Amino acid sequence: MTMSETHSSQAAPTGTVETDVVIIGAGPCGLFAVFELGLLDIKSHVIDILPKVGGQCSELYPEKPIYDIPGLPIVTGQGLTDRLMEQIQPFEPEFHLNQQVNTLTRLDDGRFSLSTDAGQDFITKVVVVAAGGGSFTPKRPPLPGIEDYEGTSVFYSVRKMEDFRGKDILIVGGGDSALDWVLSLQPIANSLTLVHRRDDFRAAPHSVEQMRQLVSEGKVELKIGQITQLNGDNGQMVSANLKKKDGEEVLEANTMLPFFGLTMKLGPIADWGLNLHENLIPVDTEKFESSEKGIFAIGDINSYPGKLKLILSGFHEAALMSQRVHHYVYPDKKLLFQYTTSSSNLQKKLGVR
Amino acid sequence: MAKITFIQPDGTSQDVEAKPGATVMESAKLNNIPGIEAECGGACACATCHVYVDSAWRDKVGKPEAMEEDMLDFAFDVREESRLSCQIKVTDELDGLIVRVPEKQF
Repeated sequence: MTMSETHSSQAAPTGTVETDVVIIGAGPCGLFAVFELGLLDIKSHVIDILPKVGGQCSELYPEKPIYDIPGLPIVTGQGLTDRLMEQIQPFEPEFHLNQQVNTLTRLDDGRFSLSTDAGQDFITKVVVVAAGGGSFTPKRPPLPGIEDYEGTSVFYSVRKMEDFRGKDILIVGGGDSALDWVLSLQPIANSLTLVHRRDDFRAAPHSVEQMRQLVSEGKVELKIGQITQLNGDNGQMVSANLKKKDGEEVLEANTMLPFFGLTMKLGPIADWGLNLHENLIPVDTEKFESSEKGIFAIGDINSYPGKLKLILSGFHEAALMSQRVHHYVYPDKKLLFQYTTSSSNLQKKLGVR
Repeated sequence: MAKITFIQPDGTSQDVEAKPGATVMESAKLNNIPGIEAECGGACACATCHVYVDSAWRDKVGKPEAMEEDMLDFAFDVREESRLSCQIKVTDELDGLIVRVPEKQF
C-alpha cells in the first residue's frame, strides 16, 4: 500500500476516444469483462485510478493466496492479475490508468460521454462499472478540522513540486511515498521534518539510508511520534502538535503531507443517478444492467438478491452482461452462442488457430 | 468458546462468545461490534480492525509480527498495546480477553 505512484505522471489527453464499451475498474472482473466482450467482437477501454491493473488483487493482497478461483487451486492476487492479462491480450484492450472518471452523461444519440480527472474524454455505447469497493484514495488522518487545511496546507499527493518550494514541510509516514518525498522535497523546502510513529521504516532500505544521511547532516529533522492536532487559521497551518513517548512537542510548519496508505471510497459514481443502495448499484440478474439502460455493473460494486462478493461471481456476471451489450453494440446482428472449445471463429479471435 | 469483551470509546461494552481458531476480528464482525471495519477482510492489508489490548492481557496476546507492525503504521493513535484484531487468533487461553475499540479507524 505505498503511494509512490503519485510520482508517475498522468496520461496526456490524446483527444476523445470513441469506443463500444468503457469499463470502469481494472480489477479481476473488469479484466475478465474485456475477454467476454472481446469474444463477441466488442472493443473495450479500461479506466482505473491506480497506476496499475488488478484492483484490490494487486493493491491489497498481491502476495496472498486465493483458493476459490475455479481451476486454479491456489493463485496469488498478482498471479491472477497476470493470468487475466495474458488471457485478454488477444483483444488488445486499451488502459487509461492513474485517473478517475469524474463525469458521466448521456448524449442525445443514446451514447455516453465520460471524462476523467486527467482530461481524457470518451464517447461510448455502453458503460460497465466494475469498480469493486470504490476507488482507492489516500487516507485522511482523523485530526480534528483537517478538512479546513486540505488543498491549502495539507496535501495527499504532490502534483507540482514547485508549489512546495520554500515551505516548512512536515511529512508523515514511514513507507516509500513518505521517504521518496523527503528526498525529493528536501532540496527545495525551507525546512523539512519527517514524522513517524516508530524509528523503523517500511520504505526501501536505500531511501532510508539516504534519509538518515540527511538527518545526520542536519538537513532533515526526524521526529518519532504521532501528530494529534493542527494549529492555524483560515486553512493556513502554522504548527502541529506531536505526541511522543515522553510528552508533547509543537512542530512549526506551514505544509503537511500525510502518507497513511489508501482506502476505498465510492467517489463520483454516487452522482450518476444509478439509484445506489448502501453504496452499491442495484442490477437485475439476467443482464446485470443498472436502472439506466446501457450502464451495467459487475463485481463487488453491484447488488441483487443473493449477491456474493466473490471474484468467480463477477466472472459469471461479466459473461451475462456481455450478451446484452452485444444487442446494444450490434443491434442488427443475431448473436450465435458458441464454445471456445469448438468454435473456429472464437479460436481465431483468441489467436490459437 | 472464549469470552471476549469489546469496550467502545464511550465506555459501553459488549461480550461475545468467540470460537477458538477464529480471529478476534472475525468474532467482532460476526457479532456486529461497531468500530471494527476490517476493510480488507482479514488480509492484514488495511489496519481498519485496530484494537487496544487490555494491559492484563498483553503478554498472553503477544506482540505484532513485522508485517502487522508495518500495517499499524496506517492506523491512527497507535499505542504500545495496539494490535490488528485480524491477527489475533482466539484460543481457550484467551477466554476473558478484553480489547478496546479506538475512537476512529481512519
